[in-house]
Amino acid sequence: MAALCEAFTLCGLGPTGGVGLGSGLLALEPGADPDHVLLTDRGRTATLFKVSDQKPLGCWSVKHGQIITCPVVCNFETHEYIAVHDNKVLRIWKDKDVNLDKVFKATLSAEVYRIHSLPHAEPLVLFRGGGVRTLDVLLEAPQQEIENVISDEVIKHHLFALTDSSNSVYKVLIPLQQNSEEEEQTLSKSLLLNLSISGSVLKGTSFVVLDKDHVAVLGSLAASECLTIWNTKFQTLQASKELPLGTSGQLWCYGEKFFFTHGKVLTVVIYKCETSSLAAAVGKLKDSQTSDLSSFVNWNTLGDEELLVSCQSQQSVALKSESKMMVILKPMPCTSELHGISHFQDASTAAVEDELRQLLSKAQRPDFQAAIGCVISALINRCKADPMFYPRNFLVQMIQKRELSYSLCPDLMAVALEKKDVHLLQICLQRFPDIPEEITYACLKVFLSISDDYLERTDVDLESVISYIDIEPNNKEVKTEVVENGFSTELEEDGCDVTGMKETHMMDSVEFCPVGPQKAALLNAVLHSAYSETFLLPHLKDLPAQQAVLFLRYLHYLYVKCSEKINTTLPGVLSPTISQIMDWMCLLLDAHFTVMVMLPEAKRLLSSMHKFVRAQVRFYSELNKIEGSLQELQRIKCQKDSQAYSIEVLELI
Amino acid sequence: MGEFEVHRVRFFGLVPAGVRCMAYQHRGCRLALARTDGAVEVYNFAANYFMEKAIPGHQARSVEALCWAAGERLFGAGLSGDITEYDLERLRPARTVDGFGGPIWSMAANNDGTRLAIGCEDGSVKLFQVVPGGVQFEKNLDRQKGRVLCLSWHPSGTHLAAGSINFIRVLDVRSGNELPQRGSKKRECVVWSIAFLSSGTVISSDSFGRVQFWDWERGTLQDSHTVSTSAVLSLAVSEEEDSIVVGTSAGATYQFQLLPVKAGGQEKRWVRTKPFQHHTHDVRAVVHTPTALISGGLDAQLVIRPLMEKVQKKGYDAVLRKFTFPHRRLVSCARKARLLLFQFSQHLELWRLGSTNKTGTPHSAPPHLQGPEHIYCSCVSPCGSWIAYSTASRFHLYRVQHEGDSISVKKVPGVPKLLLPAYQLQCASDSGRLFVASDRGSVHVVQLLEPGGCKHLHTICVWCCSGTREAVYLLASSADGNWLAAVSGDWEVHIYSLKHFKHHCTVPTYSCAVTALAIHPATNNLFISYSDQQLFEFSIPEKQYTAWSRMVQNSGLHKLWLERDSPITHIAFNPKNTSQILLHDVYMLCVLDKSLPLPDNNTLLVNQSTLKQLSEPARRRQLHAFKICKKFQPLLFADLLDERCLVTVERPAVDISAELPPPVQQKKFGT
Repeated sequence: MAALCEAFTLCGLGPTGGVGLGSGLLALEPGADPDHVLLTDRGRTATLFKVSDQKPLGCWSVKHGQIITCPVVCNFETHEYIAVHDNKVLRIWKDKDVNLDKVFKATLSAEVYRIHSLPHAEPLVLFRGGGVRTLDVLLEAPQQEIENVISDEVIKHHLFALTDSSNSVYKVLIPLQQNSEEEEQTLSKSLLLNLSISGSVLKGTSFVVLDKDHVAVLGSLAASECLTIWNTKFQTLQASKELPLGTSGQLWCYGEKFFFTHGKVLTVVIYKCETSSLAAAVGKLKDSQTSDLSSFVNWNTLGDEELLVSCQSQQSVALKSESKMMVILKPMPCTSELHGISHFQDASTAAVEDELRQLLSKAQRPDFQAAIGCVISALINRCKADPMFYPRNFLVQMIQKRELSYSLCPDLMAVALEKKDVHLLQICLQRFPDIPEEITYACLKVFLSISDDYLERTDVDLESVISYIDIEPNNKEVKTEVVENGFSTELEEDGCDVTGMKETHMMDSVEFCPVGPQKAALLNAVLHSAYSETFLLPHLKDLPAQQAVLFLRYLHYLYVKCSEKINTTLPGVLSPTISQIMDWMCLLLDAHFTVMVMLPEAKRLLSSMHKFVRAQVRFYSELNKIEGSLQELQRIKCQKDSQAYSIEVLELI
Repeated sequence: MGEFEVHRVRFFGLVPAGVRCMAYQHRGCRLALARTDGAVEVYNFAANYFMEKAIPGHQARSVEALCWAAGERLFGAGLSGDITEYDLERLRPARTVDGFGGPIWSMAANNDGTRLAIGCEDGSVKLFQVVPGGVQFEKNLDRQKGRVLCLSWHPSGTHLAAGSINFIRVLDVRSGNELPQRGSKKRECVVWSIAFLSSGTVISSDSFGRVQFWDWERGTLQDSHTVSTSAVLSLAVSEEEDSIVVGTSAGATYQFQLLPVKAGGQEKRWVRTKPFQHHTHDVRAVVHTPTALISGGLDAQLVIRPLMEKVQKKGYDAVLRKFTFPHRRLVSCARKARLLLFQFSQHLELWRLGSTNKTGTPHSAPPHLQGPEHIYCSCVSPCGSWIAYSTASRFHLYRVQHEGDSISVKKVPGVPKLLLPAYQLQCASDSGRLFVASDRGSVHVVQLLEPGGCKHLHTICVWCCSGTREAVYLLASSADGNWLAAVSGDWEVHIYSLKHFKHHCTVPTYSCAVTALAIHPATNNLFISYSDQQLFEFSIPEKQYTAWSRMVQNSGLHKLWLERDSPITHIAFNPKNTSQILLHDVYMLCVLDKSLPLPDNNTLLVNQSTLKQLSEPARRRQLHAFKICKKFQPLLFADLLDERCLVTVERPAVDISAELPPPVQQKKFGT
């Protein structure tokens, strides 16, 4: 959890402040010691400060008429200071030097823009024309010619981040090894941070990267300026400090301290930046230094994507009339991948799938999940608009491989229903945790209505049925399994006085599955999905009576199958549990009670079910009786133990 | 070995008093514990947590706080308003000083043990200096409204933190001035316990279930942890001040540790680390030793929970210990008359054992025994016609008349004026003499005269020969009336000749406390069990350990035997078989057959159920000396009435919890 701690003034910057002489601050650079900073003003002076003591250790200035044009830096290797005045004159001195006129001087042939100094490296001199020399090379021949290359600072780090007018921070990767042939390289960028606080936008003016998860931004929010620390991983604002007196817009950060001008003084703010955890980000982890800083999750980044989806669909409707399948996606900052999709909006299904597969093979990103949601939504939108377009394989692969949910791509199942893509629906039912009951019902209806002959030709995952349904009912062998759970066919027939049933016995027999294995697998997927009774029941009432009977017959079959085993579970992966079966049975009977009573073909089924359930109930009641007797025995034993006095026999061997 | 007729007795209605407060003495590894009935006990951790000393309570003497000060001196203070120093040699309150502030709720000794601070009902905090021979009033610190419920010294001894209802105060000891105080008056918040760390942090626990950390200089709250919905009653800090333990009224204890926020970082924070639920009722006292968390509750349990990260090797100290019953024998048995005498804190009960067609008939001892003083010891003679008991200041002897099934009890007049209290009473096997253990290692011999009189015969004094100042706490007499063994508080076992009333010999000193001893009726071998579970047999006539004892020491006892929880509290012999000895502790009863080989560590120690399944020849190969029966638990007493008849006295834990008030209601289901 990052936090801003104490703040103090390092020095004044006003005309009377002693430093800067009213012309402002040019730059702040780290000194040789971690506690030292080098302050260069826009005039003639450079001052070395010891930060913890808030006092200057040394001050050097150039002659009247001269002006320091490039921030003074420290050469960490030699502990020397390097300055450039009047653009071309290089000065190098040490701590003990007092007068800058008397120190080492070199006049260069070109104008210096900046000197960069990093620990364990020779300082680099960057010229205005874009040329770069290391300091030692330059000092060997100060008058050497410097070429003019027009490019920008690509030297210092390979990780850059930048802010733009949309008030977001982006991450841009700049490769270190540049191909000299390539004249121009496009830099891909990705959204790092969206700077908005409760609706209002932070207009960033400058920022520093604190660690891999934290960025500090100095900017203005509404009217006032403020210093903020953001967590890019969780998109949260972790700390902020209002700066009512205004800043110059520049922010420096050395050794866990921020430096910036606040009003007419140079202010130092110490910060703390610890490894972030989600608990800390949402405020569950208590911080000892409970400050008044608020922290909140920036949900807006997520909201944007939904916005995009709706916007897209509107656009596509508008464009349909023009019979142009070109959908222009609004450039989505976080996913360069989407740019790819926009290119392929009018390409063939195969081409799109190919491209997408390539896209997915790329490295994982933290926002990948959301991006996939966008991709699928975009694809589905196109599917809706173009009946010929249906990247089925890709969608199946996506659902199987990624942790998707219904809410992430709400239209996917609707499209699959429309296209009667039962396999996709089956996977969705198995994988999605949040399918609305309406869609579950729609799936059930589709599954029950499709003929078994058609299903035989389709590719359905049979894993859930393979271990208890005989795929070929004709080759049925004599059942050898011992009936363990109080059920036997004799028991079922017990008290059955309907003799006329014999010929229809085959039809109602629970030994055969009333539906084909494909359909059974699909129905199992429905049984497996989560639902709420209240919301499902109204839909279930709409199920045609014939389909309801068929489904009930299948449920009855499953129930009997379940009860065959002592542990009342069906074998196999993703096969329905007995409570799922019972719940659906009750639900179905509730929904179609009157119809079932009236329907002649349901009568036998109900009677058979009734007998079976009655047998089960009888069996369990017997078990309960035994349990009661056993408990009573145990109770008697306990009572005997609690006697206050007894004479017993103890045998010791 | 054969079958025993067991008289299984479960009507001993003993309810051990709850633990009120504790104090740990780091140097001597001793824990002082006070119970709600005013009894004070001292546990010696070096001697396998043996309850080394016990000072019975007094109706008017409640103990609210205990302190070790000035080395090994123990002080207690309570609602009577007195500060009491305990005489740990003579096991009684030595001297008391009135605090003059009403009932005393809290007491704390400073780090070097030179000063005691007490917190009184009238809101005052008073300082006493510990001087040789007592305590001396030093000064009053500022008085405030409201009783001072807890006190803690800053380790430097310059400041005191005091907690009362709604307030925590920090007092400057030199000036007596108060420093900023903290409190709220919205709801009454009782600060139950307080600790003052050297860093200046004051830790408080209160009735809202919070453990709070305060900065004493600014009076600001640094951190607050709500550990319970009920009150947090007790609090203790480790010596390094990096760990604390708190006890709640829901019976749970929690450990807090000062841990770095980041691994390897400097910044540290108090984190609740380990919860324990060993008690069913209020945990009124906790102690933090370097290696263990100790808690004592109103359910009378003393729980020693080792901190596994602090225990170097697996051993006796690395196991959770729970003590509910005193390490003393509270039952005496008249073998011939088949009577049991139960000793309660303020009364006695005499019961007759039944036969197979009749149950025992209870006979409560005379009601006029009940006084404010608690009973130190009691005994019934083997013939069942004499009962003796002693309190702190009185010694009573009764003559019991048996007329059929009814019993009448008559006080024996003219009891000799002895040095009291008596710490142990033992009747000779012919019921002709009574041995009264007294302080300074002396034993009085009283002759019991028919039909109902007594005469002081002699006083045997060890002090004269060994110079011990400790009281005798265990006695054993031989069946032939020639020998008497006495154990004093310094764990020395002295043997006296009763013929000549002189010192016969001393058993070689062993570095552990004696928990029980008995003289064999046939061989006159003295059998001794020590708190480290070792067993010794010493031949009195030969003045040396027996061959069997040397053999046991050479081969060593079984590992599981040595790791047992509770000490052996009674030893008895089979009158018909000289090789059989009955031993018992709280969890087991063992018949030790000296004629059989000793088990080594690879054999099963508790093997009775295995043996039952074996054939006769296989059985013979598996037999070993220890015949252990764990059927009777918790076992307070077991004795052999004759060679085929046992009596066991159990006190089932459910029966005790039924006598306790209902614990704090804890919801297990729902919200």
